[in-house]
Amino acid sequence: MTAPRTHHSRFGIASTTMVHAKGIRKSYGHLEVLKGVDLTVPSGSVACIIGPSGSGKSTFLRCINHLEEINAGLMLVDGDFVGYRLEGNKLYELPPSAICQRRAEIGMVFQQFNLFPHMTVLENLIEAPVRVKREPVAQATAKAIDLLQRVGLAEKRDSYPRQLSGGQQQRVAIARALAMNPKVLLFDEPTSALDPELVGEVLEVMKSLAREGITMVVVTHEIGFAREVADQLVFMDGGVVVESGNPREMIANPQSPRTREFLARVL
Amino acid sequence: MTGNQSIRGSVDKIDPDQLTIVPLRHPWRWVAVALVLVSVAAMIRSAISNPEFQWPIVAQYLFNPLILDGLWKTLLITVVVMILATLGGTFAALMMLSPSKLLSVPAAVFVWFFRGTPALVQLIIWYNLSIVVKDFTLWLPGIGTLYSVSTNDIMTPLVSAIVALSLHESGYMAEIVRSGLRSVNKGQYEASACLGMKPSLALRRIVLPQAMRIIIPPTGNETINLLKTTSLVSIIAVGDLLYSAQSIYARTFETIPLLLVVSFWYLAVVSIMSVGQFYLERHFSRDEHRNNIGLTKAILGNLAKIGRKEALA
Repeated sequence: MTAPRTHHSRFGIASTTMVHAKGIRKSYGHLEVLKGVDLTVPSGSVACIIGPSGSGKSTFLRCINHLEEINAGLMLVDGDFVGYRLEGNKLYELPPSAICQRRAEIGMVFQQFNLFPHMTVLENLIEAPVRVKREPVAQATAKAIDLLQRVGLAEKRDSYPRQLSGGQQQRVAIARALAMNPKVLLFDEPTSALDPELVGEVLEVMKSLAREGITMVVVTHEIGFAREVADQLVFMDGGVVVESGNPREMIANPQSPRTREFLARVL
Repeated sequence: MTGNQSIRGSVDKIDPDQLTIVPLRHPWRWVAVALVLVSVAAMIRSAISNPEFQWPIVAQYLFNPLILDGLWKTLLITVVVMILATLGGTFAALMMLSPSKLLSVPAAVFVWFFRGTPALVQLIIWYNLSIVVKDFTLWLPGIGTLYSVSTNDIMTPLVSAIVALSLHESGYMAEIVRSGLRSVNKGQYEASACLGMKPSLALRRIVLPQAMRIIIPPTGNETINLLKTTSLVSIIAVGDLLYSAQSIYARTFETIPLLLVVSFWYLAVVSIMSVGQFYLERHFSRDEHRNNIGLTKAILGNLAKIGRKEALA
């Protein structure tokens, strides 16, 4: 879907790198949640982040699209900053209106779906394309119906979110993120709030997106999904990346004792 | 207790299909109903037979031009004050929710002051503003006086009434809007931000429509309350509904019939407002009911439900 481009941005990083994080630090008061996180996600690849709760993996994900501001480090998406402007050796935080333009290129799927409850499924999908990207309603509607077919919910277009099951709501949320044609999709524990029998339908949709070559960063507890789909598995603990690499090798033969201990508990 | 124990051994012999279940009876409820009916009948009889109510006079003044003029002024004040108070209240609510103390504290003090003093007192203070402030002057350093006007010329009784009631009502509306905005889940702000929506767009399209569900019922109550509170302006000689009636009965001494006329109009307007509130509430909760029912059906349905319950008793 996103054809990899090979030109180099002004920061000298090949733009085939979609997410480039270097030395990311983040504190809440005296509590340092991220202690220098490095991660590189190439265009068209899938990175799965696993780790115990409190390891900072969700916080790190939220730093990528600047839902959380960082205290130190460098975070580039498609070769440019999201929430900052570089001048000399200073990063100036941008006003919300400027950040919004960059955020529109970064899709996000939440644990709690966060669909707009006062709008129908179709209205949820066309709201941002029409209001933010100024797409004509007819065009946005056609694209939305197409996306709903892809997630298998075409017949639910006029339902309200509360009339859908959790799995259906999450599939609508994925379609809503896709409606903005994002360069990268962030998933924050997308199946953790679902009943066990509904997890599969959401993972199926995510697998089909991975096959289409959409760049994805997924915070998840689904080790099986990570092994099957991820190009890169990242294990975080205590605010740092402990180990990362090929998911099959890492799960079969973890190098760090902390990784081994965590995998032993969840597998 | 004893009955239940004696059954224990013979449960197998009871055929459940042969049992009749008798609901609890409420004989005292019928006594209460009788008492209410008698009192209502007595009141109606007194209203019809007591000549002091002077019903023909009520009918005669119902559409009196002076009364209708007062009604118009009452409606005008209510509508203008409610619009200003909604704007002012929303503004104060947004300030109160600001992370900056420099904005939230002044807004909280504003609400504290205007909600904490009686409307009647504020009304009289604004009416007498000229005692404190003689005139309004626009003065710029180096240029001098550009514009000046005497306070008494601006603060007519009607303007004083609108200013005083708007500020008073803003205090209440601020609290209502604030609780509505806070009722919307934080995830809704984040989801709209992630779709590239600016804060102002997210507020207008995503947050406010959801907050409305919390905001509208108390706002309806406030509007009804305000409609009746406007009768206080008669004290500073604004020609509202009550003032018009007072000016008539001061001359004719037909006090009770004119106050009945006033009550009739207040009740009529409140009834119309309640209908409007019903439709507004339904509009903002349309995702909750797939099949919306109409107003008459809602009222009749409730009556039918009450009727059925009573019949069972």
